[in-house]
Amino acid sequence: MSKTYFDETHCAIGHPKSTFMQWMLTIDHKRIGIMYAAVMFVFFFVAVFTAFAMRLELFAPGGQYMDGNTFNQAFTLHGVIMIFLFIIPGIPAIFGNIVMPLMIGAKDVSFPRLNWFTFWLYIAGCCIALASLFIGEGVADTGWTFYAPYSMNTGTNVIMALVAAFVLGFASILTGLNFLVTIHRLRAPGMTFFKMPLFVWGIYATAWIQLLATPVVGITLVLAILEKYFGIGIFDPAKGGDPVLFQHLFWIYSHPAVYLMILPAFGIMSEIIPTFSRKEVFGYRTIALSSASIAGIGYLVWGHHLYTSGMSDIAKTVFSFLTFFVAIPTGVKFYDWVATMYQGKIVLSTPMIWALGTIITFAIGGITGVTITMIGMDVHLQDTYYTVAHFHYAILGGVVFLLFAGMHYWFPLVTGKMYNETKAKIAFYLNFIGFNLLWFPMFIAGYYGMPRRYFDYLPEFEIYHQLSFYGAVIFIAGLIYMFWVLFKGWTKGEATTPNPWNATTLEWHLPSSPPPLENHSKVPYVDFDPYEYKHGEPVVKFNYETMQRID
Amino acid sequence: MGHEYVPEIAIDRDGNQHEVQGWQGDFYGGKLGFWLFMLTEVMMFGAMFLALAYYNSLHPQDFLDASAALNRLLGGTNTVILLVSALTMGLGLLRMRAGDVKGAKLMIWATIILAVAFLVIKGFEWTAEYHHGIFLMHDKLLPESSLPFGQKLFYGLYFSMTGLHGFHIIIGIGLMLWLLKRINAGKVSPEHHILHWNIALYWDIVHLIWVFVFPYYYMIGADGIQMSDFSMIFGGGTNGHH
Repeated sequence: MSKTYFDETHCAIGHPKSTFMQWMLTIDHKRIGIMYAAVMFVFFFVAVFTAFAMRLELFAPGGQYMDGNTFNQAFTLHGVIMIFLFIIPGIPAIFGNIVMPLMIGAKDVSFPRLNWFTFWLYIAGCCIALASLFIGEGVADTGWTFYAPYSMNTGTNVIMALVAAFVLGFASILTGLNFLVTIHRLRAPGMTFFKMPLFVWGIYATAWIQLLATPVVGITLVLAILEKYFGIGIFDPAKGGDPVLFQHLFWIYSHPAVYLMILPAFGIMSEIIPTFSRKEVFGYRTIALSSASIAGIGYLVWGHHLYTSGMSDIAKTVFSFLTFFVAIPTGVKFYDWVATMYQGKIVLSTPMIWALGTIITFAIGGITGVTITMIGMDVHLQDTYYTVAHFHYAILGGVVFLLFAGMHYWFPLVTGKMYNETKAKIAFYLNFIGFNLLWFPMFIAGYYGMPRRYFDYLPEFEIYHQLSFYGAVIFIAGLIYMFWVLFKGWTKGEATTPNPWNATTLEWHLPSSPPPLENHSKVPYVDFDPYEYKHGEPVVKFNYETMQRID
Repeated sequence: MGHEYVPEIAIDRDGNQHEVQGWQGDFYGGKLGFWLFMLTEVMMFGAMFLALAYYNSLHPQDFLDASAALNRLLGGTNTVILLVSALTMGLGLLRMRAGDVKGAKLMIWATIILAVAFLVIKGFEWTAEYHHGIFLMHDKLLPESSLPFGQKLFYGLYFSMTGLHGFHIIIGIGLMLWLLKRINAGKVSPEHHILHWNIALYWDIVHLIWVFVFPYYYMIGADGIQMSDFSMIFGGGTNGHH
């Protein structure tokens, strides 16, 4: 049997004997992706259980298990971990690293040592974030947005949380930079931009956002740190500053960051739908270009976070109009996916049902987003559970669900094993039912005026919070079961062939499963489109010795 | 770890050969990556300039008054020093590309000396401002002082931005020392000078940012300066701290 990337690796410094040190020092993009996944899912569960603690507190009106201040710290911790440690870096760091170079026929990313450094920078950021729990007055209680002037005046450890977010942002910039150069320089011969798989397009658009938006929030956080430390007064009105400026600078990054989360997730969807429909993707170019236009328009809509913060009516109208505009390329993608499935030979494997479930949940998240784009509606629904439910439908039901879909889709590629299909499907249905039961009641509660971030509420909202609680229990059970099934698959699953799904993109045309150290033993010449099917069978076939086409 | 890269060949259906680009020794990729990184620097300072412009529009007169009190002689001298250092850095790169390693090293040393001079002058400037009661967390910039909000914001941003810029100069000096070490070790040579190229680009961005910082902080308040003031500048050295 040939050696895989589990058996050998390149290291940043020397070549240590111990397997553990080989993992710590590895510069192989596949191993780095796996390490990101391991760390991120640990944090994911920490944040999930923080959220569960809040649900527990909200089960009945009045305070039971925590006081108001602890509750503030709990939702800040949940938000900071989920946003900065998990979702923003998530898909690019995990699947961008593991499969993007395989998809374009590269041996590794352009700067493998930088990739290694970036991973450890990310770990450093995580450590600082965790340290803020124990140092000073405890973790920040500002919410993940750190809005001034409250963040300037609270006694909790905001500075460390800001430093952590800055370091993580820096890691994000370097990842994006690495991917941009990789995609520009290391595509296999013959692979033009419009022959790239759509996931690579998603990563490409994302990388530009990482590169151009992250420095803005980075410097905003630095200014906030300087203000807190030196009392400069940039954002604190008591010192002549303007808190709305903080919101502008913050959202100039953080709104594009929403697309930074969703675009690679859409990329995963664009891989899964044609593969399991056994059909060429409908509207390849429009899907590719819609990623680019979402990234572009995404820069111009940050103001919709400030409808109630004080802006001129003209500015509000312009931002509202531009925000509606993002729905167009997003809709184009959805119609293209549905059109791809039309008359396809649909195979309902686990990745496909995750993708189909996401079409439902993200559509709900997206359409409720359109309602709060309207200024009048937004004034009513701002800072209610409606917004909370919208955000979680879009990000949890969109990004994270597609991350799970990708986890199942690329599982045989990464591990060389197969999970139990039936159990994985049961896990999906548990997640899907739990998710909807958890979040849908919040739309109603929010519409009736339940404000977010409150640890107590009026008795009339009790029923919604209790439904949510039961949903949360089912959802968390589903999550644990899903990871258990995958873990079992990795340790005890059957060995699989390099292309179990009959997929067409390059990452499935490998000499072995799991892949060898430097990916394709020989780089193919790419003179075909990424998704070519004929009568439900892939058109392009390779001789894996020479990587020349034999079809 | 022997990563000697031998270009691989991909063969298409007609039997034509195509060279595969590897990540090893990708000069163009190295340049592209560093240009993109410098783009992030521009975005970062751009956001600070945005904040600066916004407060300038809120407090125009305060900004002019505060700017008039800065020391244009020292700031201007520093501008000249930085521009000359950009020249020496560029000349060093030209020498390197022409194969003159010794000349290149000389030019890098010249750049380092100019960079240190910049920092020393900056140090004198900040010290003088400190003695005039203008410094972070100090005297006139304290919340309870009666200095107008606009002036406090101006000085706060002034120390933030020149401080961040100075931090970039320090990093630049470190990078150049590292570059010299790599040249001495033979890792950077006329045939393989991507590191030299990128550090030269870094230094260009650092001086480019200063070219925007200098007029915005030092020159906007220079309106009322008369020729006769110059005798005072040369005499006292701390013009304008009335």
